[in-house]
Amino acid sequence: MSRTGVFVCHCGTNISATVDVVKVAEEMKNQPGVVYTEDYKFMCSAPGQGKLKEIIEENKLDSVVIAACSPHMHEKTFRNASEAAGLNAFKVEMANIREQCSWVHPDKAEGTVKSLDLTKKMIEKVRNNEELEKITMPVTKRALIVGGGIAGIQAALDIAASGTEVVIVEKSSSLGGHMIQLSETFPTLDCSQCIMTPKMVEASLNPNIKIYTYAEVEALDGFVGNFRLRIRKKAKSVIEDECTGCGICIEKCPKKVPNPFEMGLGMTKSISVPFPQAVPNVPVIDRDSCIYYKTGKCRVCEKVCGPKCIDFEQKDEIIYEDVGAIVVATGYDTMPLDKFGEYGYGKFKDVIDGLTFERMASAAGYTAGEIQRPSDGKVPETVVFIQCVGSRDESKGVSYCSKICCMYSAKHTMLYRHKVHHGKAHVFYMDIRAGGKNYEEFVRRAIEEDGAQYHRGRVSRVYEREGKLIVKGADTISGKPLTIEADMVVLATAMTARKGADKLAQTLGISYDKYQFYSESHPKLRPVETNTAGIFLAGACQGPKDVPESVAQGSAAASKVLGLLSQETLQREPITAEVNEANCIACFDCLNICPYGAITSKEIKDRDGNLIKEVAEVNPGVCMGCGLCNAACRSKTIELRGFLDSQIFAEINSLAA
Amino acid sequence: MNIPYYPGCTLNTNAKDLQQCAEYSAQALGFSMVELTDWNCCGASLPLTDNSSMGYAGPANVLINAKEEGTKEGNEDKLTTLCAVCYNVLKRTNYAFNNDNNKLDTVNSLLETDYKGDTNVLHYLEVLRDEIGYDKVKEKVTTQLKGLKVAPYYGCFLLRPHNEVGLDDPYSPTIFEGLLETLGCEVVDFSHKGECCGSYSAMTNPENVANCSFGVVESAVAAGADIIATTCPLCQFNLDGNQVKQKSHFGDLDEMPIIYFTQLLSIALGKDINSISFDSNSISPLPLLKEKGFV
Amino acid sequence: MSADGHHEVAKDEYIAQIEELSGEDVSKCYQCGKCTAGCPMAEKMDLPPSMVMRYMQLELSDDLKKATSRWDCVGCLVCGSRCPKFCNPGAVMEALRMEDMRSGNRDEVIEKLPVNFVKNAPQQAIVSGFRKYVP
Repeated sequence: MSRTGVFVCHCGTNISATVDVVKVAEEMKNQPGVVYTEDYKFMCSAPGQGKLKEIIEENKLDSVVIAACSPHMHEKTFRNASEAAGLNAFKVEMANIREQCSWVHPDKAEGTVKSLDLTKKMIEKVRNNEELEKITMPVTKRALIVGGGIAGIQAALDIAASGTEVVIVEKSSSLGGHMIQLSETFPTLDCSQCIMTPKMVEASLNPNIKIYTYAEVEALDGFVGNFRLRIRKKAKSVIEDECTGCGICIEKCPKKVPNPFEMGLGMTKSISVPFPQAVPNVPVIDRDSCIYYKTGKCRVCEKVCGPKCIDFEQKDEIIYEDVGAIVVATGYDTMPLDKFGEYGYGKFKDVIDGLTFERMASAAGYTAGEIQRPSDGKVPETVVFIQCVGSRDESKGVSYCSKICCMYSAKHTMLYRHKVHHGKAHVFYMDIRAGGKNYEEFVRRAIEEDGAQYHRGRVSRVYEREGKLIVKGADTISGKPLTIEADMVVLATAMTARKGADKLAQTLGISYDKYQFYSESHPKLRPVETNTAGIFLAGACQGPKDVPESVAQGSAAASKVLGLLSQETLQREPITAEVNEANCIACFDCLNICPYGAITSKEIKDRDGNLIKEVAEVNPGVCMGCGLCNAACRSKTIELRGFLDSQIFAEINSLAA
Repeated sequence: MNIPYYPGCTLNTNAKDLQQCAEYSAQALGFSMVELTDWNCCGASLPLTDNSSMGYAGPANVLINAKEEGTKEGNEDKLTTLCAVCYNVLKRTNYAFNNDNNKLDTVNSLLETDYKGDTNVLHYLEVLRDEIGYDKVKEKVTTQLKGLKVAPYYGCFLLRPHNEVGLDDPYSPTIFEGLLETLGCEVVDFSHKGECCGSYSAMTNPENVANCSFGVVESAVAAGADIIATTCPLCQFNLDGNQVKQKSHFGDLDEMPIIYFTQLLSIALGKDINSISFDSNSISPLPLLKEKGFV
Repeated sequence: MSADGHHEVAKDEYIAQIEELSGEDVSKCYQCGKCTAGCPMAEKMDLPPSMVMRYMQLELSDDLKKATSRWDCVGCLVCGSRCPKFCNPGAVMEALRMEDMRSGNRDEVIEKLPVNFVKNAPQQAIVSGFRKYVP
């Protein structure tokens, strides 16, 4: 016979105002197996918990029901307190008589009756509960970061500072992401390369950080604390360890191609580094354009290479890395503009996008920082900046706000006006979103000190007339259309998820939203965690954001990683599924329905190694206890510990009685 | 190939000559336009508001007749039209029927037979491009219109609303340009190819129409065109007529002749220019055509 | 519009009537001005399309009734085709016209129409002109 204790909480007046808690406590004395009941003002308080421990010990209780708030609030609290008193945590249950009763039923008589039922029900459940032990697993004390932009680098530096080994896997041939493409950053107008390259170099010199560039994650096996990643190092056609970065191969290469780093407007060679400060400073041959790979001729780079590190036969390399935690920091792309024919992007050379303007303004860019029209190289006298291109546009773009465009458009007007003193800068905006520290002041500076003209209204169309761009916009404050003749138009295109973000998410087993931004575990309280244990997020891959936020998230993700890896073993809640191997017919409905990939097939063999049968097997390390397998299983062969059918039916029978 | 054809009010009366040119061209290209045995006015514009079911009943009737005609022995199961406004109305009616069940039921309750939204409506340009093929058209061209700089004018109704009518990309269309190139013309890109001519506000606000038409003509002149080719009889009327009637709006602008696309097509396919009537043109294109040597 | 997404009927009778006729939910409009920017007649109008939408939102029916921009609208559909929120100011303009014509507030009389126009203009202009502009 069980020895159950029942505690009914007043929760101040939160519960006692609409439930007669004294009566509930009294009535429970009559329930089978109940040896102690008490009502108390605040069970979760220190004295409340102290009382709980005391009563458990004194009365040798083997199970406890606390009729109070939602388990979401305090199940952990009471389970920890009970454990301290020597009771197994899973012999403690809560009856929710607050959120599900006192807060929704104003009639005290009704509320009390319902509370009696709810409490009785949990008593029946807890009597059937098993003692469960937390699952322990080993932890590999290494971390891996997917993405070598500012968020990824920050996370790597913070993790490495603790002495933990970190691997960065970066898709392009250098660290830097998009931030290294920027000219200056708001709100300080710091030169982007000047603040970022020291971090890139720091990462490359840190003995705890291993960097793979021109590499991608192909597959993920394992679970939190025990991940194994398969990484493909694409062939650079250069032997990385021997390259000195002298750059002669690039100089002598005869094949010019448009430079994607310069947004296609500057040229580079088939063998190149994306920019002079690349980390690692090792060039890569673009096999699609290289003369040798296309025709078999040339090989000039090989001839001039001092250390003889050109290797045309080089193949992709597959590498495996074992880590305990992963941070995804893959960054963003900008919205393709093919649906925005009204702005003439692609048709008119002098209509460019935000990133192109950054490269133009950058002192290290293809114009050495001079603002020039792409069509004829002349300095534009009037530039129109159009905000919200693609963002806040349900019909052709995305409905969300891209967050950074108001700030960088203001920045663009300032950079333009600083370089072209007589130039006119016009901005068409819908709203100004400048919520960060010193952001509003920055925008006002653009208007009041640097003379940018702001017009509240969107642009309907841009077309060309005799070498000028006619911008047909509106000023909604005066309610009139407004046409401006411009020499150049800069479109503030929306930040979007990276192309292929969905594939990576599927490889890693993390969720993403309809825009393919990766989903955080809780939008307010858990912004850098995913619902997949051991995998964290940082930066724009989670949603549009600026540099300070990306850096903050990088550090936040690092702290989560270090918290995870600082433990000797990982403990997990034992609310996991378990298969009754005798009954299992291996239909694998459970395996197919499991969203976490926690179920695999297992072969049961006899002593001689002959196969008897296959059954499903649950990996308790990965299982999140969602219960879908239990619902799917036709023979109820797979059950959820802590929520066994017998326990649930005990609850149902109690209510039905 | 026999394709059911819907003339609409204008092509059948005031603009009969434009239709004749189309019929000549069809014959030259090896297909014939079979006028629907029974048809009514499409309404000349589809109501923009939700509140008018009657406005859909007229075009729905046309489409039902077309379906009947199209399923007759020897006929293609399609419907073609020469008028941009008719095209717009019919396509939008189809869209409404296929996407709005309420409208489908309400309008069908006003008709004798139910319309299912399944008539395939093609503009004459689509017939030329997709059913005949511009290659075949090129073969049949007897008079290459070399040296003629044509500004292809789409107006509003062929291009908008894109998801309902969508003849082509609203900012970089190619269907009309493709035809003109096939005929040997030099196509001139101009900024106002999809901007409104003023349309039917000609009835009550001739000033407005003059303003709009001026914008179109002026941008074609600035782009270096010799002539503007139109696809809608009303655009033809507005762009052409206003240059004379509302000369004050046009100031010193050189007069630009306006020609309908079927007229240009038939000339290229060998129709005797003397058999084409330019009587309703305020600015006759004949002098230009003579100058270029097509007469 | 209420939180559950159901559209609340406007308090002003005239505004409610225009909304019903047009089938438009004016609360979607966030006043970006793209319609006014693309409207070929906006420079001439006393109340260009985005202002008409705003006046609908503010239920300024007296001012709306006095406005004449609906008769300058050429029905070119640029406003609705470029609106980022799937609004159609053209439909609201049409509803304003319809309401005037149906309630006998339209001054245009057939005798006032230019004879030349009626004789020479393409039929479609007359048909649609009558439907849209003349009762």
